[in-house]
Amino acid sequence: MSAIYALVLLFAVIAISRRNRGSDEPILSPDPKREHRLNIALGGFALFTAAILFYFMVSDFAAGRDMRAISDPNPLRVLIKGHQWWWEVQYENAVSSNTVVTANEIHLPEGKAVQFDLQASDVIHSFWAPNFDGKKDLVPGHPTSFAFRPTKTGTFYGQCAEFCGLQHAHMRFTVVVEKSDEFQKWLTAQSQNAPVPATELQKHGQQVFLNGTCIMCHTIAGTPARGTLGPDLTHLASRQMIGAGTIPNTRGHLGGWILDAPRIKPGVRMPQNVLSPADFQALLAYLEMLK
Amino acid sequence: MDDSEKISRLSATPTRVSEQWFEEPHAEQLDHVWSPPRGFLGWLVTTNHKDIGRRYIVTAFIFFLLAGILALMMRIQLARPENHFLNPDVYNQIFTTHGTAMMFLFAVPIMEGFGLYFVPLMIGTRNVAFPRMNAFGYFVYLFGGLMLFGGLLTNTGPDAGWFAYVPLSGPQFSPGHRVDIWADMITLTEIPALVGAVEIITTVFKQRAPGMSLNRIPLFVWAQVITSFMVLFAMPSIMLASGALAMDRLKNVNTHFFNVAEGGDALLWQHLFWFFGHPEVYIIFIPGTGFVSTIVETFSRRKMFGYPAMVLSLIATAFIGFGLWVHHMFATPLPKLGQAFFTGASMLIAIPSGIQIFCWIATLATGKPKLKIPLLWVLGFIVVFVLGGMTGIVLASMSIDIQVHDTFFVVAHFHYVLIGGAVFPLFGALHYWFPKWTGRMLNRALAQWQFWLFFIGFNLTFFPMHILGFHGMTRRIYTYLPETGWGNLNLLATIGAATMGISVLLFLINVAVSRKSGALAGENPWGGSTLEWMTASPPPSYNFLHLPTVAGRCPAWENTPETPVVSGLSTTEREVLTTTILDAVPEHRYEISPDSIWPLVLALVVGLDLLWMIFTPWAYPIGVFVGLVVLAFWFWRGNEPGWVVEGIMSTPPKSKTEQLALKTEDAKAPSHH
Repeated sequence: MSAIYALVLLFAVIAISRRNRGSDEPILSPDPKREHRLNIALGGFALFTAAILFYFMVSDFAAGRDMRAISDPNPLRVLIKGHQWWWEVQYENAVSSNTVVTANEIHLPEGKAVQFDLQASDVIHSFWAPNFDGKKDLVPGHPTSFAFRPTKTGTFYGQCAEFCGLQHAHMRFTVVVEKSDEFQKWLTAQSQNAPVPATELQKHGQQVFLNGTCIMCHTIAGTPARGTLGPDLTHLASRQMIGAGTIPNTRGHLGGWILDAPRIKPGVRMPQNVLSPADFQALLAYLEMLK
Repeated sequence: MDDSEKISRLSATPTRVSEQWFEEPHAEQLDHVWSPPRGFLGWLVTTNHKDIGRRYIVTAFIFFLLAGILALMMRIQLARPENHFLNPDVYNQIFTTHGTAMMFLFAVPIMEGFGLYFVPLMIGTRNVAFPRMNAFGYFVYLFGGLMLFGGLLTNTGPDAGWFAYVPLSGPQFSPGHRVDIWADMITLTEIPALVGAVEIITTVFKQRAPGMSLNRIPLFVWAQVITSFMVLFAMPSIMLASGALAMDRLKNVNTHFFNVAEGGDALLWQHLFWFFGHPEVYIIFIPGTGFVSTIVETFSRRKMFGYPAMVLSLIATAFIGFGLWVHHMFATPLPKLGQAFFTGASMLIAIPSGIQIFCWIATLATGKPKLKIPLLWVLGFIVVFVLGGMTGIVLASMSIDIQVHDTFFVVAHFHYVLIGGAVFPLFGALHYWFPKWTGRMLNRALAQWQFWLFFIGFNLTFFPMHILGFHGMTRRIYTYLPETGWGNLNLLATIGAATMGISVLLFLINVAVSRKSGALAGENPWGGSTLEWMTASPPPSYNFLHLPTVAGRCPAWENTPETPVVSGLSTTEREVLTTTILDAVPEHRYEISPDSIWPLVLALVVGLDLLWMIFTPWAYPIGVFVGLVVLAFWFWRGNEPGWVVEGIMSTPPKSKTEQLALKTEDAKAPSHH
C-alpha cells in the first residue's frame, strides 16, 4: 500500500513539475488522442484499484475466519462485567461456592482457549487487551462473548476502549498468563475464603472494615461483608494494581486510596474516609493479609 | 458531451430582442432593487445569498478557531503523562465540544456557506430560490452555535462525546442539562443544513443560466448538489436520534427509546447516529472536491480531464457513503457476516476517490500548471488525503479494525481525511476566492509561510498518532500513565499542534492586512473558468448586469462579447429566470421575496423554544403556536411573490409602473415551452 502511495505522490510531482509551459491561454480543446489514451488509462486504473481492493477484502475475510476459528469444545470461561470504572472478573465453577470473583486482574493458563462472556452493568464499555486480540464492546442488553488462546506467558495490560464517562482513562486491567499448574494453584487459592486475621492488629483492622462503611460496597468472602457495588476484596493483596490499574498495590498507595480515592481518581464512586491513625494502620494490616 | 450542439437549442434565447419592450438594466437601478436597506436594519433583514453565504463562512471560521483552541488545550493536557492542566470533567466537555463544533458548526456550515455564496454566481442567477428561508437558516445556525459554546462557558458543555452514545448520554448516567444542550444544538444545526440543501438543489435545478445543461454544470456546483442530496437523507436520521434522546431525557416525558431496562435499545442509537455520521464525512469531503476541481482547472489552464468520470464518482460516493456506517460498529455484538458486507462497501468507496485523484493529476499533467498558492494547498491535499485514504482501507478491514478501533490510529486517520480532504482544500478556496469577496489579493509571502507551517505542523501532530494507536493508546482519555511510554510522541504531537496554531494566526493576519491594502484583484485575477469571474470583485448585489448564457463548461474562458445575454427580466422587481432541469432552456420569470425581518424572528422563536424545551414539554405546543403566528406574518399578502408568469415573454407582468405596462402590451415575443 505504501508503494501505491509513493506512486501517487510521484505522479503528482511529475505533473506539477511540468509547469510554466507556454502562455496562460487556457486549453479548451485538449489533444483528442491524448485524452483518449488518458481515458483508457483511467479505466485501467479503476480496474486495478478494484482488483487490489478485492484481494484485500478476500484476505480480510480469511484472516477474520482464522481469528475466530478457535475450536475448543471446552474452553476456560471467564465472565467479564464492565462497571464505571472497573472490571469484575468471574471464573465459573460447577460448585457455585467455588466460583472465583475478582477484579481488574485476569489470570489465564498458557495455551488453553479462553472464552470471555461480556456484560455491561451500566454504560457501554469495550474490553481490549491489545497484545491478544481486537476489542469487543460490552453493550447493555446485548451480552456477547469472544475467544482467544494465549500463547505466551507474562503480564500484559488491557483497558476500556469505549468512552464510558469521567474515568474512562483509568479503567485498565492486568492480564497474567502463566503455566497451567501455576494457574490452577492461583485459581484454587482465589476460590478459598479470605484468610482469618491472626494478630491483634489484623483483628482490629477487620473490625474497622466490618463496622465502617466499607461493607456497603465490598465483599470479603467468609465475613459478613457482602457489598457488590465495588470490587471484591477477598484476595485484594494478591493483585498487582488498585483502582482499575490506576496505581500499584503497595502499602503507601493503598493507604492513600482508602483515605482519599477521589483525589487520585476524580469521579470514582469510592468516597473519602476519615479514620483515626490507629484504625487506619489496623485496616491496612488487615487488607495486606488478604492474599 | 458535444458542447456546440446545445447552443442551437438556445437560438430562441431571450437575447437583446427583448430590449424592445423592457428597459436595458442599469447598474444603479438594479442595485437599488437588489440591495438590502442600509445600516443595521439591512443587516438584520437581508436575504441576499452573498450576505448569507459570507456570514456562514465567517461564523463557521470563528467556530473553527474556537474549536481549534479547544484542540490546543487537549494537546497541552496530553503533552505529558499524568498532566494536571485539565481535570477529567473539563477535558470531557472540551473534547465533546471540539468534535461537535468541528463537525456541526464548522465543517458542514462553511462548505454550505461557499455553496450559498458561489452557486448562484456560478450558475448565473441573482439569488437563491428561497431567500428568506436562507436567512432563517443562518440565524438558526448561529443560535445553535452560541448555545453550544454558551453551555461550555457556563460549565454546561456536553460531556458524552460528539457521538453521545446511550446509555452514557441518557438521563441515568448524564443527569443535568449538558447532554440536553447537545441534543437540541444538533437539531438547531441540522435545520440550516436541510434548509441550505433545499436552497442549493432548487437553485441549481431551476435557475441555471440558459445553456447550462446538466453536462455543463461546474464541478463545484455538482459537488454542492450531490452534498445537498446527501444532507436530505442523512440529517433526518440524526434529528430523529437526537429528538428521541431529548425525549428520553425530558422530565415528564421520559420515553424509553434507548432505555434497556424498559425494552429500549442501546445499539439503535449507534445505527441512527452512524447512518448519519458516516455520510457526514462525505458531506464534508465532497464540497472539498469541488474546491479542488475548480482550483485544478484554473491553475492547470485546461478543461478538467474526465468530467463525466468526476461527476459519476461523486454520485457513486454519495450512494456508497450510505452503505458503510457499520464499520464504526465492528466491535459491537453484531453478526460477523453482516459486518463483512460493510467491509466490502467500505473498500468499494476507495474506487471513486481514486478515480478523482487520477483525474486531478491527469489534468495537471496535461495542462500548463501554475503553482500559485491555491494549487499549493491542493497538492497538500493530495499528499495528506491519499495517506488518510490508505489508512481508511486499513480500517475498512474488520479484522484489523477491531485492533485499532477507538485508538489514536483512528484519530490520526480521520484527521488526515477530514483536514486533508476538507481543510486543505478550504484554505486553498479561501485564498482562491478572497479576491472575489474583497477585490484584493492576499499576500503571497505570508500565504506561503502559512501553508508550510500548516503542512509541517499537521503531519507533526497527526502522524505520530498512527504509531500511538499501534502502541495501544485509546481515544478520549484525559491522561495516561508514564509506564505506557507514550509521552514523547504525544509531546511531538503537541508541538505540531502549536505550529498549526501559528499558521492559522498568520492567515488571520494576512486577511486583516490584505483586505485593506492588498493588491487590487480586478474581475478575474487567476484567469478562472467559471461564471463568478465574469462580474466585478466583490460582486454587485444583483450579481450580473445581464444574466449570462452558457455554451460550454468553462464560460469565463469560452464566452465572447458576442455571446448572447439574458434580458427582459424586471428592473424594478427582484426577478430571476427559471430554466428547465436538464437543458436549462428558459421557462419563466420568477419574482423572489423581498427582504424581511420575519426569518430572524422565526429563528429566534425556534431557538428559544428548543432551549426552553430542555426544561418542559410545554415548550413544544407553545412554540408551534408562536411559530405559526410568525409564519402568518412571514407569508402575509404583499410580502410573498406577487406573480409567476408562464413562458419567458408570453404574458406581460402586472407591472408596477405604467410605462412598463405600456411597453409590455406591445410585446409579442415567442414562448418557449
